[in-house]
Amino acid sequence: MISFQGVQRQFGDVMALAGLDLEIESGELIALLGPSGCGKTTALRILGGFDRPTAGRVLVDGADVTHLPPNRRDMGMVFQAYSLFPNLDVRNNVAFGLRMRRQHKTKRLKRADELLELVGLQGTAARYPHQLSGGQQQRVAIARALAIEPKVLLLDEPLSALDARVRTQLRGEIRSIQQRLGITTLFVTHDQSEALSMADRVGVMRAGQLEQLDTPENVYRQPATAFVAEFVGAMNRLPGRLGQDGEVQVLGQRLKAVGPDAGAPGTAVEVLLRPEALAVVADAAGAGEVAQRTFLGSSVRLEVLLDGGQRVLVESSSNDAAVLLGARVGLRILGDSATVTAVAAAELDSKAWPAQLTPSL
Amino acid sequence: MNGPAAPLRRGTRGRFTPGRGTPGRTRGRGVRVGGAWIGLAPFTVYVLIFLGLPLYVVIHGALTTDAGSLTWQNISTTLSQSQYLDAFKGSLLLSLWTAALGAFFGTWLAAAVVAGKPGGLLRRIVSSASGVLAYFGGVPLAFAFIATLGRPGTGVFTGILKSIGIDLYAHGFNISSLFGVGLAYVYFQVPLMVILITPALEGLRPQWREAAQNLGASRWEYMRHVAIPVLTPAFVGALLVLFGNAFSAYATALALVGSTIDLVPAKINVELNGNVIVNADRLGLALGVEMIVVVAFVMIGYWLVQSRARRWLQ
Amino acid sequence: MSALGGADVIQELEAPAPVKRRRPNRNRSRMPAWRLVIFVLAAIFFVGPLIATFKFSLLQTNGHYGFQNYGQIVTNGALRDSLFTSLEIAGITALAVVALVLPTVVLVRLRAPRLTLVLEGITILPIVIPPVVVAAGLEELSRSLPTWLVSLWFNHAITGLAPIYVVLVMPFSYRAIDTGVRAIDLRTLVDASRNLGAAWPRTMIAVILPNVETAVLGAMFLTIALCLGEVVISTILLYNTFPVELIQVGSSGAAEIPAALSLCSLLFVFLLLFALSYVGGRRRGSTSMRVI
Repeated sequence: MISFQGVQRQFGDVMALAGLDLEIESGELIALLGPSGCGKTTALRILGGFDRPTAGRVLVDGADVTHLPPNRRDMGMVFQAYSLFPNLDVRNNVAFGLRMRRQHKTKRLKRADELLELVGLQGTAARYPHQLSGGQQQRVAIARALAIEPKVLLLDEPLSALDARVRTQLRGEIRSIQQRLGITTLFVTHDQSEALSMADRVGVMRAGQLEQLDTPENVYRQPATAFVAEFVGAMNRLPGRLGQDGEVQVLGQRLKAVGPDAGAPGTAVEVLLRPEALAVVADAAGAGEVAQRTFLGSSVRLEVLLDGGQRVLVESSSNDAAVLLGARVGLRILGDSATVTAVAAAELDSKAWPAQLTPSL
Repeated sequence: MNGPAAPLRRGTRGRFTPGRGTPGRTRGRGVRVGGAWIGLAPFTVYVLIFLGLPLYVVIHGALTTDAGSLTWQNISTTLSQSQYLDAFKGSLLLSLWTAALGAFFGTWLAAAVVAGKPGGLLRRIVSSASGVLAYFGGVPLAFAFIATLGRPGTGVFTGILKSIGIDLYAHGFNISSLFGVGLAYVYFQVPLMVILITPALEGLRPQWREAAQNLGASRWEYMRHVAIPVLTPAFVGALLVLFGNAFSAYATALALVGSTIDLVPAKINVELNGNVIVNADRLGLALGVEMIVVVAFVMIGYWLVQSRARRWLQ
Repeated sequence: MSALGGADVIQELEAPAPVKRRRPNRNRSRMPAWRLVIFVLAAIFFVGPLIATFKFSLLQTNGHYGFQNYGQIVTNGALRDSLFTSLEIAGITALAVVALVLPTVVLVRLRAPRLTLVLEGITILPIVIPPVVVAAGLEELSRSLPTWLVSLWFNHAITGLAPIYVVLVMPFSYRAIDTGVRAIDLRTLVDASRNLGAAWPRTMIAVILPNVETAVLGAMFLTIALCLGEVVISTILLYNTFPVELIQVGSSGAAEIPAALSLCSLLFVFLLLFALSYVGGRRRGSTSMRVI
């Protein structure tokens, strides 16, 4: 329903978007995920009409909207923060779009009230934005965007400015409203747990390029590139060696090698393994020692220091985490395949810390 | 009670404080604030003497006779005689129209500047220049004015106009008139407006414009429904400040005209230094009290409006 | 009254650099028409008279064009002396204001935060009282106080004007310094300093002052500007400060001289404020607080 075709955006000599091709189906929620500067917000703003691409086209339902001004696209946008009009009360904020469409006063105020009920803010219609909390303001923003019954909903990191608890709560509500209304949605975030939990498909972006576009499970389990693997969730990089028949040898075990970097047998590679794809077994003659133990509530994260100097992150449920700090352990790989990649250039030392130590909870 | 050589101990806020050399701290909470009062003494005393005393003298002088008894005489004289009423009319009208012009043009100029690159050279120059003119304006402005719009022969601009056939002075223009002086006032009113309204203009979040556009508003609809209503309290507040500024000002008029003009400060000058009639100085003080009353009203209005402006543009 | 704006000048000049948002800049070389029109009009309106004044100021007594009028500041004894007087007063006032306001602001923020409103109210007061009225009050005082006090206070321009200028500049120098103090973590700095053994004076000078440098400098620059330009009180009290002398020279027919010297002082103050905007800018880069 929405189509980005070769969309490029250049700012001076910075290429914010380097040729984006993206198709969004009707009714689906696509999350664009990536670090700051990866181009996700630029893509959203181009779709919303707040920016023009330097090359390429954007089509909505077959019509080329690339040069259509933002006030003529039928889209509703929710900004990160501060977007409510301070001089209007909540009800009039929500009704604003309808007023611009010359709807009759009683009709539009009634509709505003309906939407406020949809987002759970019935009692606040007469209040002003500065009297609301962050979470409430964002709900009003959502109601306001939905009031005009847009074809597309655009969300620009709407939860980033909120407290953690409000964030998780709103996350679910946004998703359920979106599914209930069946509205095509583009959601931009840098928080991978948001993307994974809300989206029908996740598009991971870096430096203006879309690295992978797939369902959350596939992005997580089968990252297409090393960047995706490391950005989404924590990831271990372990030295391995390619064997025959598309196999790879790592930590003394053999797995099926997955990934674009197929090489000749015998090539040294790096194997990407999620902490939860590994388990520790107490073993007096094991390959490593528990150097750090972090209790995270429902899980326990162990950092195992191998004799060779390599550090490995292992995550297990706290039920079977009887292993203590300093214990000698052996590592076992769960599952039968792993993504491999060529040994990275000088920047990434394979004996260095695993790529992402801090999980986003 | 701890002695002066008390060792490290926890203060009332749970922080470690050395027990020595901390006046007001060693004796518990009540005198803690007492220490603050003592510390504020120099400031308070200073303000009392150098602001309070002149103020007291003015009010006292205005409301008493030479014999020492209370009287409304001075005030009523200044509010009834035509020379003073003319001065009030002059001051009030002047302040009104220079404030209006200053507010109007100042807002446009500020908007043009704010639309540009923040931190850029243009911004710095306008900012510094506004500060210079708004504050320091007085005397330099007067001479710049004489140089520009003085009588043909002096004024460069009037000279140019005369050479193409337009003689401003023949048409009644005079830089010593209320209109001429007011025109000079505009030169510091506009910069002052730029200074005052810029924070409000910068407070207009880009998300508001984008959200409005997203919801179908054109630029003008955004201005009408969001930008202008949001800016109005700040604009009104700034307008009030400009009014009060013009009303209190005297430097430019003094440099241009001296004391022969229908403005209240000029009349005060005359009464104080003129020694025309016996009670002159008390009349001058009465005028002073009336000026204070006007400005006080303006300030109260400003304060009332500011709270709204601050809330929306924070 | 413009004092209210004064602190805004400082705030504007040292406002933290906004986060660099990439502005979609389609027309990088072209400015929208309305901005261009406004700037052109503003240039004509403001720069025009300045150019006219410059041309005017170059007219010498011999009818030719030259810089004789500018040289008057050196050759004309009365002007020279009055300038020194004004500069002295300005300098003393600037120092006195900082010495009076900074400790007070620090004290109130640390020990008696509830008094902040009172403090703000007091510092707003000078705005409500027009300078001409203050002058009237002082004139009256000089008549009614005992002679010894009058001669002590009012005899010399410095003692007569500086104390009152301190009060006059207070609204915006207070706001400027207050803004600067609010921007730093005063409590932490002071605790750290005291904890390391510094006594109050040393803490003020070595720890607090460097961290509110910009604000203090701004307050001082604006104070100097105001003192150099203040003419109402000095005229009514019959002191010979620089602007008073300029008016004197101007009214005796040779308006070219004050025009020339006024331009110089405008330029001087402009450079002061312009430099201030860069000082503030440099500090934006350093996020660490200096403790020693």
